[in-house]
Parts: sequence; structure tokens; C-alpha cells
Amino acid sequence: MDVLWEAPESLTVRQVSAQLIERDLAHTTVMTVLDRLSKKGFARRQRDGRAWRYRAAESREAYVTELMLSALDQTGDRQAALARFVRSVSGSEARALLNALEALGEGPKG
Amino acid sequence: MTAVFVLAAVAAGCVQASSMLAVAGWPRRSPAAAIVLWQAIGLGWGLAAVGTLIGLGTATRRYGVAGSALSQLTGFLDGRAPISFGLLSAARLVCMAAGLVLLSLLVWVLLSVSAAVLRARQRQRVLLSLLAHGDPKVPGALVVDYPAAAAYCLPGLHSAIVISAGTLDLLDSDELAAVLAHERAHIRERHDLVLLPFIALRRGFRWSHAARQAHRAVALLVEMHADDRVLRQRPARELATALLRVGAAGGCQAPAGALAAVEPDMGGEVAARVTRLLRPAPSLSVPALALVGVAAALAVIVPVAVLVVPF
Repeated sequence: MDVLWEAPESLTVRQVSAQLIERDLAHTTVMTVLDRLSKKGFARRQRDGRAWRYRAAESREAYVTELMLSALDQTGDRQAALARFVRSVSGSEARALLNALEALGEGPKG
Repeated sequence: MTAVFVLAAVAAGCVQASSMLAVAGWPRRSPAAAIVLWQAIGLGWGLAAVGTLIGLGTATRRYGVAGSALSQLTGFLDGRAPISFGLLSAARLVCMAAGLVLLSLLVWVLLSVSAAVLRARQRQRVLLSLLAHGDPKVPGALVVDYPAAAAYCLPGLHSAIVISAGTLDLLDSDELAAVLAHERAHIRERHDLVLLPFIALRRGFRWSHAARQAHRAVALLVEMHADDRVLRQRPARELATALLRVGAAGGCQAPAGALAAVEPDMGGEVAARVTRLLRPAPSLSVPALALVGVAAALAVIVPVAVLVVPF
């Protein structure tokens, strides 16, 4: 998937295998993985002569955003029942808490 | 009619008790005991509320409320007890129908919320398998390249702890260890299962302040309980500074789209958690804990007894 994300345009199975040269994967293995990625909706493919060309359906950032939003959403609508470490605090409360941190004897880092 | 009165009293008492419990101070001292009491109140309320309605809807009390209602219903279905059209029996029918609707609503929201949660987790797992990587700073956790500070756990059989790259930059190694210990406590003690019925209750009764309040109270208690577990292994200060740093950074650095989805910390919950870490109050005494246990037992046993014992 990383190869697809890096590529500026769609790739054939052979091109993906070429970029995974250090992994020494069989051509058929790469083909199977790409096939499964497209079935799950992560990659789109189109016919190009006798081969399929694959590209990522969405950018990596889009998936990261989806992952984080669904995890951190607490409105209860798409709730995955994930217990977050801590709710975010904002504005004046954040400043008050940072002051509290300094009162603990060490200033905030960064 | 006594049975119906008792059930109605239990249902009303549970609602009253939940609003008192939500503002009480002692749950912060013994979160585990308070969580048990919340569960008992929730279960007791459900049994008593359904029982009151179907109790009003049944004519006899020969087999206890539940048994009588069941025999009356099968009677209707067999045609042995023809539906008559008097005012009283019409009122009974309405109550019986309302009770059955409430019961099926409760079961339905629990099932649908469970299914939605499982689907969302499955999606999380697939995305994590594509996006996340390990990091020697947080052994056993998955790191996602996301600039804002965030940490959460994905419970279940294939559990995972997820930490954003922003958190790695923000915290030192001791604080990261405290975060991991906190999330491991959630996973080990299946806090997700504790929360599930309260999420369902909130979803089923969106208009209800009490349901929202109950969910928030239990969610906070679960966090406090996990905090307590961390204190067994690590000093309170590491966890407190980790909480403050992640809490403050999450609000400041989250992208605009993410902020909108995050409920602000209305009740000063972060501050409450930090305060009890740095200035711990003694947990409840044994007699007080016993009292909580008795109250929890009564909230469930009384409605069950009235439902099944004929009198």
C-alpha cells in the first residue's frame, strides 16, 4: 500500500513488485495482495491492455484522518466505544492546566 | 397492585438515585464500587420500568408479574383470552403494548450499538494494519503519523493501543509508560463492555438528560479506575503530567475538522482526574463499601423478585 501511496500514477503489478525488490516477493503474491486491497476498497484498478493498473483510492492522510476522527469522536454517533486517554481541553482551560503543570515544578516542554 | 407499585417505585428510585450519584463526590474515591452501583441502577431501572408497564397491562398476579404477563400474552395469541373492549381492558392493552415496546427498544439499541461498535472496530483494525507502525519508545503499541496528541485503545480479542506521533513528541518516556499502563488497564478489564450498555441507553434515549448524564459519569469513572490501576506500578506525577500535556495539546493542535468532532471538556473532567491523582482522597471505608454493595444488590434483586415471585 505504501508503494501505491508514493506513486504519482497508477501502477501495474510488475511495477509494484519492482519497487518491493528488497522484499523479494513472488509476482503472484503481489498480485493477490493488490487484488485484495482493491476488493476492500483501498485501491482502485482499471484495465490496461492485458494487465490491471492499481492506484490508491484515497491518500494516506485521508485514511489517517478517518482513523483518528472515528476514534476520537465522542458525540456518540459513530462511537467505537474506544476509551480515550484524555479528552481534549481548549482555550482558557488549557492555559490554566499548563499553569498547573508549571506549578508542579517543571514547565511545559515544547 | 402492590407489585406494580413496588416496580414503579424502584424505577422512579433508580432515576432519582442516578441523578444523585452523578453529582456525588464519593464515586471519585472508589470508582470501581461506583461503577458497580451504576450498572445495578441501570439494570434495575430497565427491569422495573418494563415490569411496571406490563404489570399494569396484566389482569392476574397468579404467577408473578412476568409469568402472568406471559400467560396472558400466550392466551391472546391462542385466542383463549379474547380481547374485550371495555375501558379497563383497553387501558391494559395500551400499557402492555408500551411495556413490550420499551423492552424491545432496550434490547434493540443494545444489539444495534454492539453491532455498530464491532463494525467500527473492524474498520479501525483494517486501517491500522495499513497505516500504523511500531516504535521502540512505546513497545506493544501502534503508532499513527498524526500531528495532534491522541492516545486510545482498541478493545476486543485482537486489542491494540494506538498512539499518535504527536503524543510521542510531546511526552517523555516515563509519561508514555504511564499512558500505556492506563490503556492496558482498559483492555485487561474490558472497560468497553462496562460502557456499552450506557452508550446504548444514551443512544436509545437521546432526549434524556439522565441517560446522557449516566453515560458521562460512567465514562469518567472508568478513566479514573484505569488511572488507579496505573498508580500500582508508576508514580502519580507521571500520569498527571501526561494527562495535562495530552489534554492541553489535543485542544490546541487538533486540525479544524477534528476539533468539531470532539466534545469539549465541559465538566472539568481532566482537572478532576489530575486533582485526585495529585491529592488522593482515601477510598471509601469498608462499611461504606458494604452499603454501596447492598444498595446495588437491592436495585437488581427487588425488581427481579417482584417480577418472578407471585404475591
